[in-house]
Amino acid sequence: MTTTLPYHSGLRAGRDGFARLLRAEWTKFRTVRGWVIGMAAAALVIVLLGLLTASGSHASCSVGSVEVACAAVPVGPGGEAVEDQFYFMHQPLAGDGSITVRVTSLTGVITYPPPNHNEIVPGVVPWAKAGLIIKDSTRQGSAYAAMMVTGSHGVRMQHNFTEDTAGRPGGVSAASPRWLRLTRSGDMLTGYESADGTQWTKVGTAHLAGLPATVQVGLFVTSPGDLTVKQADLGGSIEQVRFTQATAVFDHVDLQGNAPGGAWGRDAVGVTGTTDWERYHRPNGVQESGGTFTVAGTGDIAPRMDGQTIERTLTGVLTGLILVIVVVVMFITAEYRRGLIRTTLLASPRRGRMLAAKALVTGTVTFIAGLAAAMVTVTFGKQILRSNGNYILPVTPLTELRVVVGVAALFAVTAVLALALGAVFRRSVAAVITAIVVIVVPHVLATASVLPEGAAQWLLRLTPAAGFAIQQSIPGYAHVIGHYVPQAGYYPLAPWAGLAVLCGYTALALCLAIFQLRRRDA
Amino acid sequence: MQATIEVNGLRKHFGPTVALDGMSFTVKPGHVTGFVGPNGAGKSTTMRVILGLDAAEEGSALIGGRPYKSLRNPLRHVGALLDAAALQPSRTARNHLLWLAHSQGLGAKRVDEVIARAGLGSAARRKAGGYSLGMRQRLGIAAALLGDPPVIILDEPFNGLDPEGIVWMREFLAELAGQGRAVLVSSHLMRELQDTAAHLVVVGRGKVIADTSVAELLAAVSGSRVTLRTTAPLEAVRVLEHAGATVAALGQDTLTVSGLAAEEIVALLGARAVPFFEVAAHRATLEEAYMELTRDAAEFRAATGQEAAR
Ligand SMILES: Nc1ncnc2c1ncn2[C@@H]1O[C@H](COP(=O)(O)OP(=O)(O)OP(=O)(O)O)[C@@H](O)[C@H]1O
Ligand SMILES: [Mg+2]
Repeated sequence: MTTTLPYHSGLRAGRDGFARLLRAEWTKFRTVRGWVIGMAAAALVIVLLGLLTASGSHASCSVGSVEVACAAVPVGPGGEAVEDQFYFMHQPLAGDGSITVRVTSLTGVITYPPPNHNEIVPGVVPWAKAGLIIKDSTRQGSAYAAMMVTGSHGVRMQHNFTEDTAGRPGGVSAASPRWLRLTRSGDMLTGYESADGTQWTKVGTAHLAGLPATVQVGLFVTSPGDLTVKQADLGGSIEQVRFTQATAVFDHVDLQGNAPGGAWGRDAVGVTGTTDWERYHRPNGVQESGGTFTVAGTGDIAPRMDGQTIERTLTGVLTGLILVIVVVVMFITAEYRRGLIRTTLLASPRRGRMLAAKALVTGTVTFIAGLAAAMVTVTFGKQILRSNGNYILPVTPLTELRVVVGVAALFAVTAVLALALGAVFRRSVAAVITAIVVIVVPHVLATASVLPEGAAQWLLRLTPAAGFAIQQSIPGYAHVIGHYVPQAGYYPLAPWAGLAVLCGYTALALCLAIFQLRRRDA
Repeated sequence: MQATIEVNGLRKHFGPTVALDGMSFTVKPGHVTGFVGPNGAGKSTTMRVILGLDAAEEGSALIGGRPYKSLRNPLRHVGALLDAAALQPSRTARNHLLWLAHSQGLGAKRVDEVIARAGLGSAARRKAGGYSLGMRQRLGIAAALLGDPPVIILDEPFNGLDPEGIVWMREFLAELAGQGRAVLVSSHLMRELQDTAAHLVVVGRGKVIADTSVAELLAAVSGSRVTLRTTAPLEAVRVLEHAGATVAALGQDTLTVSGLAAEEIVALLGARAVPFFEVAAHRATLEEAYMELTRDAAEFRAATGQEAAR
């Protein structure tokens, strides 16, 4: 037998590293033109469908048959669009002070409610509000804190539209009146309530940064529209809002502090028109008799829910996701189909690392494609919507960033889920179908009004489709009656919680894929 | 790293099929080791186990004393070609090599070197889907050479090559081995390896039947048979059988003798004055030697097939 010197390579042996695997997987991805085109097409579909939807959406305001510029929508201290409409009996208050009142009655009317919609009935809507308010000024959208009794949610302290703290439950009547007190001390406003005017309970505090030295303080009454949702044909629903008016009776008004006293200012804040009811039966306003004030008002002090949202421009996301799923599944199943997976595993025998590298490359590529697409779509979609006369509910730049980055993350995580399914099934058709069934189909079912609302919400809690919650820019509020259903763009989970559900499923699928990859022969 | 492959007592089955049944052999550097056996003998399975792709139920397969899975930058240690068709059709050959190179920390320069080495030339910029089987084999060879590894494992590299390609491949394998690499090449056709392999591992039914040098194998088989032509066959038979040989009549005047060397036969017949006019030591080809060795394996195969049918 001949003895030979063992072979020594002249190549430099560098360090083994995960970065190399990433580079190799990226090279793999970018060198198949079909995949690159598929990914670009996914991004393009998002942009094109989004902008198309935006250009097809028109809105205008008119008085009678004459088109007019739409009235500016007030914006609250947090930057959100608000309803700020109420009857306000007020005085200026310089510096610190406090106001106390007793409420003995809250009644009202609801016009033409179901079932027959043919009469005006006495009644108070759940979130009709009457009580005390300390407000920056009578300007709509300005900062405030308020102590109030409500139609059916008891005593509340609310401030700056979005904040709400519950006090004593129960309704108000002459036999069971409510005493309310609101004090100002610098930027700090504190609300109290009492059943008898002697035993006081603190309800909450509000910190109103930048409140001016002189504020408007007084009594207010408001009553939001009565919302009814009717099931329409084809599973859709029709939302109707009807005029309501609330009337509250106050006495024992006690204003402490540096106020002029004497006559109270009277303002229908934010009121733009009058209904026949107000014209012929009972106008909004104040009737005073011997220290008892009867105040009627209509409107609401709350975040505004009516308008377009930025995510309405993201109509192409579903189609884009399907394309991404197909491309990503091919990225791995093509290797099984051709036997190329063996070559891959020869180059990287540590299988978990190999799949991790593939997942990271897949995720990064889809994230970038999704980010670019979402950014362009939201930016230009908003402009197109606005130029078509639509009102877009404003959100903070941070929220907009969350929606855009979140959609990119939704793409990336879905892509990794699809990749893991591809590794588990090793067949493109099975993996693509499964990915679509677990993420796209639940979302379509939940938002296309084919399912009962409860079922739709559970689908979006329990399936990977929960991740779509990340694109919701306007939250639903417990203290604002709304039709908070998936088909209207309201997800049952908070944005990051929804994405976390998707991430959980993805992690699970990835673990299963790695487990199988390690266990099975290649 | 010591460039050897050590396979020790591998056992594996796929369902009821026994693929490996105590497979053991060693591949040493410096020459081409042929890995031959009939279809289904377990060659490919053994290679997959060596390369960490399949798991054996028993036994070990080590490269330079280490399992493949523990190698860092494995393509720097082992170059393998298992299935030349394992390619993404829409990716060019060069890009196929490029991702492999990137996975081992190598660059485009090395890719171009192996493309030239494997004789792919400008075809490397074409999509691999359009490649002929022979070109795919060359691409597979290029991939195996990428990391300039001391150990090379090729499964049926002659498949699909034209005569020119076969010559090229033989020279190529000899050159690799001449550089001191351990080269393991499987085939189910002995003639492909005839002038290339210095050492042979013959397998059948999942285990090694013979593990020998080519020269020894040839000698072992051809040494036992001599063809004799004589005008007195009966007398010749008597004399030779008496001397302990086994004699078979092939024709009227032709006998086949085994158990005695040609020189001994000439001496015996000469001493007894038995006339003969031709004595020929039967020179077996490697192919024949191999057929003889693997006949059992093939027969067993047919028998179990019938049993299974019953
Ligand atoms: N993935 C598999 N699933 C089931 N059986 C398999 C698998 N791979 C190999 N076998 C079986 O294991 C045995 C050994 O097969 P192997 O492919 O290793 O043989 P081989 O020597 O390479 O044959 P050939 O010369 O035809 O390539 C055969 O009986 C084969 O049918
Ligand atoms: Mg084989």
